Amino acid sequence: MKKLGISILSLSVAAGIGLGSFVDATSAKAEWQPRKPIEFVIMAGKGGGADRLARFIQSLIEKNKFSPKPFIPINKGGGSGAEALTYLKSKAGDPHVVMATLNSLYTTPLRNPGIGVDIQTFTPITRMAEDTFQLWVNSETNIKTVEDYVAAVKKAGPQAWKMGGTGKGAEDSLVTAMLSKKFGIEMTYIPYKGGGTVAKELIGNQINSTVNNPSEQVGFWDAGRSRPLASFTPKGKLTGKFGQIPTFEELGYGDNMAYYMQRSVIAPADIPVEVQAFYEGVFEKVYKSAEWQKYMQDKGLIPGWLTGVELTRYFVAEREKHRELLKASGEIK
Amino acid sequence: MEILNLLVGGFAVAFEPLNLGLVIFGCTVGLFIGAMPGLGSVNGVAILLPMTFLVPPTSAVIFLAAIYYGAMYGGAISSIMLGIPGASTAVATTFDGRPLALKGHADKALIAAAVASFVGGTISVILFTAFAPPLAEVALAFGPPEGFALMIMAFATFVGLGGDDVAKTLFSICIGLALSAVGLDIISGEPRLIFFDLPGFFHGINFLVLAIGIYGIGEMLWTVEVSKGNVEMSKATVSVARLITALKEISKTWKTMLMGSFLGYFVGILPAAGATPGALMAYGIAKSTAKDPDSFGKGNIAGVVAPESANNAASTGSMLPMLTLGIPGSPTTAILLGGMVIWGLEPGPLLFINHTEFVWGLIASLYAANLFALLINIAFIPAFIMVLKMPFTILAPIIFSLCVVGGYVPTQDMHDVWLMLIFGIVGYLMRKLDYPLAPAVLAIVLGPIAEPAMRQSLIGSHGDVMIFFNRPIAGTIMVIAILLLLMPVFKMIRDRYKSKPGPGQPV
Amino acid sequence: MRTAELVMALCLAAFSAYLMIKSAELPIGWIPGEGPGGGAFPFWLGAVMMLCCASTLYKWYRRSSPQSLSSEPYMDKDTLRMFITIGGSLTVMIGAIHFIGVYFSLPLFLMFYLRFLGRHSWPLVAGVAIITPVFTFFFFEIALLKTLPKGFTEPLFYPLYDIFL
Repeated sequence: MKKLGISILSLSVAAGIGLGSFVDATSAKAEWQPRKPIEFVIMAGKGGGADRLARFIQSLIEKNKFSPKPFIPINKGGGSGAEALTYLKSKAGDPHVVMATLNSLYTTPLRNPGIGVDIQTFTPITRMAEDTFQLWVNSETNIKTVEDYVAAVKKAGPQAWKMGGTGKGAEDSLVTAMLSKKFGIEMTYIPYKGGGTVAKELIGNQINSTVNNPSEQVGFWDAGRSRPLASFTPKGKLTGKFGQIPTFEELGYGDNMAYYMQRSVIAPADIPVEVQAFYEGVFEKVYKSAEWQKYMQDKGLIPGWLTGVELTRYFVAEREKHRELLKASGEIK
Repeated sequence: MEILNLLVGGFAVAFEPLNLGLVIFGCTVGLFIGAMPGLGSVNGVAILLPMTFLVPPTSAVIFLAAIYYGAMYGGAISSIMLGIPGASTAVATTFDGRPLALKGHADKALIAAAVASFVGGTISVILFTAFAPPLAEVALAFGPPEGFALMIMAFATFVGLGGDDVAKTLFSICIGLALSAVGLDIISGEPRLIFFDLPGFFHGINFLVLAIGIYGIGEMLWTVEVSKGNVEMSKATVSVARLITALKEISKTWKTMLMGSFLGYFVGILPAAGATPGALMAYGIAKSTAKDPDSFGKGNIAGVVAPESANNAASTGSMLPMLTLGIPGSPTTAILLGGMVIWGLEPGPLLFINHTEFVWGLIASLYAANLFALLINIAFIPAFIMVLKMPFTILAPIIFSLCVVGGYVPTQDMHDVWLMLIFGIVGYLMRKLDYPLAPAVLAIVLGPIAEPAMRQSLIGSHGDVMIFFNRPIAGTIMVIAILLLLMPVFKMIRDRYKSKPGPGQPV
Repeated sequence: MRTAELVMALCLAAFSAYLMIKSAELPIGWIPGEGPGGGAFPFWLGAVMMLCCASTLYKWYRRSSPQSLSSEPYMDKDTLRMFITIGGSLTVMIGAIHFIGVYFSLPLFLMFYLRFLGRHSWPLVAGVAIITPVFTFFFFEIALLKTLPKGFTEPLFYPLYDIFL
């Protein structure tokens, strides 16, 4: 049997080398091509907003054949993305891995210095868009403006007014902290597992307000069951129906009431420039596709193509901003 | 009868040649994916999602729904034949399905699972057809306190599943719950219980890792020991005569089937609960209301019928919050939801109004998928029985190999394969000392639903535990759950009283 | 059996203790106005597990549970040999996946098991050892697009990907 095993092994090795060199000879050297399926790591669990977005991007790549080898989505949402970050760190130099990120790219390394991740070492690919936040209430209430809202919270008191959001230290809680500080109001913050659940709890009157992303509330808004009060964006950034929602800046609350969720793609450290160029090419095709442009419009995303050094610079600036926000909310020292 | 008109229109969509072909193809593929340990409906739907770009959205969702249904049927197959639940929804099916297979009644158990799935699926689709929008409002009324009360009820119904040794049963429940807490504390957002600081624990301990470890590796080691490695896995045969006797016996369990179907459906429509608690509760209720509760766990056909009717009913039920609220009731529907977004359909309250053809085409195809999944399943039973007749020394290494691959695939992390091996070996050693392990497997499924629900409720009520009692729905469920929990105590007191003269009674 | 009962209970108690220590990294008490802290749930579960172990140990001491009375060996010689062979070969197989990947590790394991434990004929052994990984490859990697670990044998699969994907 050993003989048979060895002969199979050597046969397949021979076949591998033979075919491999054949393929090498045909493909041009300058342009890098993937040799196997590409791992598309998602920094969040299955079914959430980030996951849906990443799978949408993957489906566009698949449908339009933007890549010669398939992108295979893998969820590594453990530890608010700590799992994904340590994984990407361990994959340094591997050209067949890319990762879809969200703001836990900044907050998780800040809150868990123990994982030893420096986001500047990763290879930037592209920023696809920036997701936005709005302040939402149930449409059964008669809260129609931000003033009504502040008055209602103050009247109810910090014990009775429930604000729903994702985990503590995550984006929703930072936006809530921003809101509380600005208006001097106190609320009970209830963390849920995902933005979709938060949206449903608002409609079911289990909580009084949320700071959902547009994609999470748009179904209920269209059905007339929830109401956006204001957008956490500078004026003029959003178009379409989300552009009709007043921004905090337009309402005269200053230009510091803005917060975004970045939707970017990064790769491990130390990958060759050709590989980086290949991925930029793939995502550029996605970005320019009609489907993606429509998706951004429908889901209240701000278009934001950004690559290379500028993207790294953006990441560093955002990380410093988050360091301040986390300090202000007492999450880190 | 507007609904009937819509449904007829839906059937016209479902029975277009392309759609019908997709239903049959989807059911077959789903059946095999579901039967593979480690691959459940979630993987089936997620993996085949990109394939749906070749067809129009309505056909695409019909295809995915057929895979979903096929996989739900298929989950019972590995539970019964190998004793390894392919998905958490099929855990309860192993309790009696596996003993039946070992006794040579694998065919009966498989047929029972198929028929019960059919009944559960059909009843739930009818309920879905008639009452979708009003039930969506019920789902909205379920907040964290109600969710927690429901979990307590699920625990209460399976309290009787343990062994005779109370301390060891309790240990098993607690270790399952403790393992479910590994990973991330979602309330504070802090990593929790990262044993030995291994990054593999960040994503928590997947139910499948524990289930494949205990039921796959552990069970195999156990079988090797008991059989000394040279008997057939099962003495099963299959024939038309046996089929008819089996069907007769199964038809006697119609009450259990109805109970399972209704229960499963109602638990399924609640967001976040999903099919697993429904199947467990159905099993627990079937056992506690039976005339011969002691025969459960030893190969009672009702013990297969109850969870299988419930989990299929629940899988239809969990489509309801997805379609009407855009809230997935289970991981599988979460992927379906993603699919709908890709096809440009916005799930939510307006879906029923804006995309009538889509919704009713889907509902009609659920009827069709149900029927075809039953037929395909029964057609394959002889083939499954053939597999069981392979010599054990061939089957065992293949199953070990499948376990290793199945343990890797869900998270694509070797860490989980090692963990699975450890659970398998430790589980085997514990089992030899009569530690019951089923409670641990169930606890790891329910823990992650129960704990956050409890803490969210308490944050909302500022630490006041009365929140679980002073809300009408939560209070009612909680009181029932507590009564169920106390039932064994009442029984014990009654038995003690009755049997006072005989001190030698087992307790 | 009696010794095994004692050793198992002690090991599980040790695990419970470790669990409690690990949980205590997060707040384990009742936070006023908020309910239990992040570590409370596993901490108190660990405590209950500890009590369960204590009860088992007490029964062991009193000789009141079936296992603590049994004089049967926990594992007879045959069982022990079987346990070590199968457990050991599984461990080696999983370890080998890190280096030579699933597609070489699985066939080796299958060959070992079928030939040395099952004593099947070589043609059958070869058949199973070839069909299982081939089926695995086509089912998981091609049909379901789930890549399995390959260790340093990875480049051998590039041509297969070029053909089938």
